[in-house]
Amino acid sequence: MAGRTLSFHPDDRFHAFLRTVPDPAFGEGRLSGMPVAVKDNISTAGIETTCASRILTGYVPPFDATVVSLLKKEGAAIVGKTNMDEFGMGSTTENSAFGPTKNPRDETRVPGGSSGGSAAAVAAGLVPLALGTDTGGSIRCPAAFCGIVGLKPTYGRVSRYGLVAYANSLEQIGPMAADVPHVNLLMSVIAGYDPKDSMSLDAPYFHTPSMDVRGTRIGVPEEFFGEGVDPRVASVVWDAISLLERKGAEIVTCRMPSMAYALAAYYVTCMSEASSNLARYDGIRYGPPVDVKKPWHEAFQERRREGFGIEVRRRIMLGTFALSSGYYGKYYAKAQAARQNVRKDFQRLFTEVDVLAGPTMPTVAFRFGEKSDPLSMYLSDILTVPANLAGIPAISVPCGKVEGLPVGLQIMGRWMEDERVIDVAYAYEQGGGP
Amino acid sequence: MITERDVEHIGTLADIAILREELEEFTTSFNKILEYFDILDQVRGEGTGEEGAANVFREDEVITSLSQDEVLSNAGETEDGFFRAPRVM
Amino acid sequence: MNVIVGLEIHCQLDTKTKLFCGCSTDYRDDEPNTHVCPVCLGLPGSLPVINRKAVEYALRVAKALHCTVPEESVFARKNYFYPDLDKGFQITQYDRPLAVSGYLDIEGDEGEKRVRITRVHMEEDPGRLVHKGGMDRPRYSLVDYNRAGIPLIEIVTEPDLRSPKEARRFLNKLRATLEYLGVFDSEKEGSLRVDANVSLEGSERVEIKNITSYKGVEKALTFEVTRQKNALRRGQKIVRETRHFVEARGVTTSARSKEMEQDYRYFPEPDLPPVRVAGWVDGIVLPELPDARRQRFMAQYGCSLIHARTLTGDLRLADFYEKVAAGTDPVLAATWVADTLLGELNYRDMPVAAVPSDTFAELVALVQEKSVTDRNAVEVLRILLDQIKEKGSCEGPRACVERLGLRIIGTGAREGDDPLASAAREAIAENPRAVEDYRAGRKEALNFLVGQVMKKTRGCAKPSDVNAVLIRLLSGEE
Repeated sequence: MAGRTLSFHPDDRFHAFLRTVPDPAFGEGRLSGMPVAVKDNISTAGIETTCASRILTGYVPPFDATVVSLLKKEGAAIVGKTNMDEFGMGSTTENSAFGPTKNPRDETRVPGGSSGGSAAAVAAGLVPLALGTDTGGSIRCPAAFCGIVGLKPTYGRVSRYGLVAYANSLEQIGPMAADVPHVNLLMSVIAGYDPKDSMSLDAPYFHTPSMDVRGTRIGVPEEFFGEGVDPRVASVVWDAISLLERKGAEIVTCRMPSMAYALAAYYVTCMSEASSNLARYDGIRYGPPVDVKKPWHEAFQERRREGFGIEVRRRIMLGTFALSSGYYGKYYAKAQAARQNVRKDFQRLFTEVDVLAGPTMPTVAFRFGEKSDPLSMYLSDILTVPANLAGIPAISVPCGKVEGLPVGLQIMGRWMEDERVIDVAYAYEQGGGP
Repeated sequence: MITERDVEHIGTLADIAILREELEEFTTSFNKILEYFDILDQVRGEGTGEEGAANVFREDEVITSLSQDEVLSNAGETEDGFFRAPRVM
Repeated sequence: MNVIVGLEIHCQLDTKTKLFCGCSTDYRDDEPNTHVCPVCLGLPGSLPVINRKAVEYALRVAKALHCTVPEESVFARKNYFYPDLDKGFQITQYDRPLAVSGYLDIEGDEGEKRVRITRVHMEEDPGRLVHKGGMDRPRYSLVDYNRAGIPLIEIVTEPDLRSPKEARRFLNKLRATLEYLGVFDSEKEGSLRVDANVSLEGSERVEIKNITSYKGVEKALTFEVTRQKNALRRGQKIVRETRHFVEARGVTTSARSKEMEQDYRYFPEPDLPPVRVAGWVDGIVLPELPDARRQRFMAQYGCSLIHARTLTGDLRLADFYEKVAAGTDPVLAATWVADTLLGELNYRDMPVAAVPSDTFAELVALVQEKSVTDRNAVEVLRILLDQIKEKGSCEGPRACVERLGLRIIGTGAREGDDPLASAAREAIAENPRAVEDYRAGRKEALNFLVGQVMKKTRGCAKPSDVNAVLIRLLSGEE
């Protein structure tokens, strides 16, 4: 039925939203009247879409991202745009140009990132469902830190049309919610073939989660419990894996040697792609206007310096360097070879096991300012980036706490086996985890 | 080892202005990060194992374009249906 | 000193929609920024999808140029910053182009010549910039993205051309080939752009960018070759550089040296899967191409080599000729189309498409049935072309001949009602001096009398007929 609206006036103490829609319309369908929060790098027709960057302030897309159209078609109410690290570049949401989001579980800590606003909105109970995007862990990291569920789907299973590109070959839009059934529901709405995304797969998602994991072989790569992983986090995650074993799964430890350089491969790739993707923000067609009285290069350089935060500029410059003549072979080409090795490692492992399990993040949520050194922030992504490099599905599901802060169990699955990843997460969730 | 001059050069290549007071912090972080990337030197093999899809095409059918108003709606400065841009010559 | 020239030719493919989106390519008469969508405007979040037809067209070209089509080709991003580039990069092909290693045979300076094609690849056109302001006002640019995303093919030759003229001939042959393939319309403004590499043997290479017309190529190269020769003569060295062709002045000027250092940071376009179309090539049925058509014109119509080459050098001209030749003597038609009509069209800067073929066929028929002299037929043609130029249409040639009284005056009739004979008698009567001179053996006097008769008949008689009549009359039996 047309013309129905929802009243949405949340108490956004954690700064989860960059902007809200007070009276969003909604229609009939599987999500009829359900409030859905959308990360601010997903285009919404008529609603400002900034990627939490000054360079897109005031930009109102004339079109909806495919996922937003799908949400509306199923009756959802788009209630607002959530905070994030600028263009998705960060793991804490501190890199938002409009101020950080706080972790609803502990306001002195970050919610994780880059989909920190979406995770916080769900964790604070402001919305039952939210869309995030995951380039190197940006759904799973905040899901783990805020104690909710987040799925990074198989690359191509959800259309990227309307997702403002950061690193095209790595990123996916995915569902975030308090529990697996809601993640499953949202996934069933947003997945499917889209002719507007050439990398889209014709694989709709219709699935009823099963908690039966009897006979499921779960691989646990040693590298996921290596250096840098907080032993307390490791212990909580091992408990979770043991619970799955008690429910009938078979646990197999294994090795994943490409983990040695997966993070470097990830960062070289995403920076390279970003350096090209972010070249369009010249202030001519949209965003705060460029000074047309100055000569082109001077005006453009100034526009970019003012418009982008320091981390974004760092990544653009490093990506430019990695692609530049004389360095392409050392950085970009090597990163692609490394990426191929990561894929091969997964392929080999998935002939022996059905899913892989480990911690989502090496630690619990950081305190604000704790990761001020860029490299130390990058290193915290080590456990999430492999799934993006290989394009495989991965989910984070809450599996206990360390010092009162949530810990995430990560389940990675074979390419196109998002359903199985959901099932294992559901089995854990229903198994009465701590 | 990346020097401040290298960073300035990369800034030019990337067409991004760098403030003088930012130069040192960029140089330090670039060196740390690039040093970390050196681990890629150990990687063997090729990155061209294309197993994915190919030949994704659309038909040559005209769609309705945006209206000129929509096209220009987000622009800073316009003139007679054009966008205004800084001079290039 | 040998001149060495290689060309990079960009042609717009004549598809209905752009390379990566469904916006119409038919933008030339329209308002700026009315043929754009999120994709070709580079709006955040938009994604490219390849136009199948553009790939098919490019493959047709590859096949016609005898290229090898690799199993897989990929699109790549060419990164540079310019306001006409909506995304801050151009989607093109780099190290894995659609097609490689072909050739095109042309009429070279020293006979038939094979020009090797290095590669053929696809890419998108950028938008269009208009420069505003001036000395007294701040300068800025205006941008129109209607052209952004139009499919282009870039054809790169080996440095096989040896003179500006050869380069021009290559381009003409290439243009004809592309038009025969039905993938290119040379009459659309800006549909072809050429960059040329020129060097004198043993010297550095200079790249000339921004040549936008067929004639411009020969002009730019001629200027550049002369400039380089003069520089060497003065003992200067040729520096490796990029120069721009300034069409209005017919000169090349040095571009800023910065452009030479451009680092385009190519990498594979992550939003597009690879293209595997080698298997399509066998299924492509090429139409008759210029060389084959030339052979056929000689065999079927008895055209001379030169006429056949001229007529088949342009698709529209060849089609026009065949329509005219269908109803008239093909050899006569060839002369009239290739020599007479083409000259008159060039003089008026008119395309052959402006002339209705049946009108022209009627004129050729008048000549063929000897209803009008060659000279008057040319006169009629000029009148008709001027009418077309002025109001878009013209009267019929037969009506024009009658209106102006240009029907030929023959000698076949009996002497009593023979207008040619009476005109000759009048001329003899009016010019006794000339008659006397002629009879005294001064044969030039006859030419004078012929001229007088021609004047009286307003060119409607053939000089040979006039000659015969005069000699008969002067020989004395009247």
